[in-house]
Amino acid sequence: MTAAVLDQMRARIGQEQYHEVGEFPVERSYVWTSLASVENGNPLYWDDSVAEELTDGQVAPPSMVSVWFRPHHWAPGRTEEALPLQVHFDLKAALDLPEAVMTDDTIEFHTPVRMGDVLRTHQVLRSVSDEKTTKLGTGRFWVIDVVYANQDGDLVAVETYTGFGYRRGEGSAA
Amino acid sequence: VTSTAVEPQLLLDDVTVGESLPALNYKVTATTVVLGALATRDWRPMHHDKDFAVERNGTQDIFLNTPNQAAWFERYLTDWTGPHGRLARVTFRMKGSVFPGDTMVFTGVVESTTVDDVGCGFVTVAVTLAVDGDVKTTCAARVALPRRADDNPWGRRGDQWRPSPPP
Repeated sequence: MTAAVLDQMRARIGQEQYHEVGEFPVERSYVWTSLASVENGNPLYWDDSVAEELTDGQVAPPSMVSVWFRPHHWAPGRTEEALPLQVHFDLKAALDLPEAVMTDDTIEFHTPVRMGDVLRTHQVLRSVSDEKTTKLGTGRFWVIDVVYANQDGDLVAVETYTGFGYRRGEGSAA
Repeated sequence: VTSTAVEPQLLLDDVTVGESLPALNYKVTATTVVLGALATRDWRPMHHDKDFAVERNGTQDIFLNTPNQAAWFERYLTDWTGPHGRLARVTFRMKGSVFPGDTMVFTGVVESTTVDDVGCGFVTVAVTLAVDGDVKTTCAARVALPRRADDNPWGRRGDQWRPSPPP
């Protein structure tokens, strides 16, 4: 990895990248799959009369917002593996950091997500740190915003990830 | 803000700073991890393939993914608030992994109660997911609660809904 590559990645800070439209509309069956995975019995999602009164109809649990733009594992005609959070994978590849973890994740929830919505997203790189060594290895931290909107352009959520891309075995316990 | 006939489970005035939320214990199995990965369309192998998790990630087993942990934290918070509770903002910090065989223990402490400039009530809660006393993930949550029986945070739109805390 050269200084020029790092400069090239840092030049993308603040730019909107990877405008994407969700492959599938928001659907109730997947909401129930999520609720079942954590045994969430919130009547807002199970009792139509509660949803009608509180949210004017069915909404999706806020914490599911990132699910709606994650691709299915396969789709007809797809030749490359689809990767969510592409900016993260771009950084790993460009900076030659084979491993990565997410250390922090903040989500701010705006307009509720409704059944049938097709969400749009884009990603914005916010920062790339200088080299750091942690107990995992030596690498760099980066911060990426994922902005979610619905088909009407209403802001749905902003998710801010902090990632750490690194090489194993080069660090000391920290 | 829309009036409602569904009785709120918890009002802002019912909440005291420093109070603890009821704890939630849950024994994690491989099924929990795989179900959580599939429910969040996370196909990365460290959440379903033990050999990959051990050899590539250097972990002892497959582990819960972050989006599914978010769903666990939401469930923990709304078990307490009831359906009127509306998540505004959550910040997760991942400190360690949760593996099959672990018993997750969720606990929470109310850190503040506020009413914003447009009259919406909020609590902030510090939630911890621990295993055998080791903190695995923390979640700082800001959740809107009704202030009266006829108040409904979900009815707020546009500039009446301000999920960020004031600077």
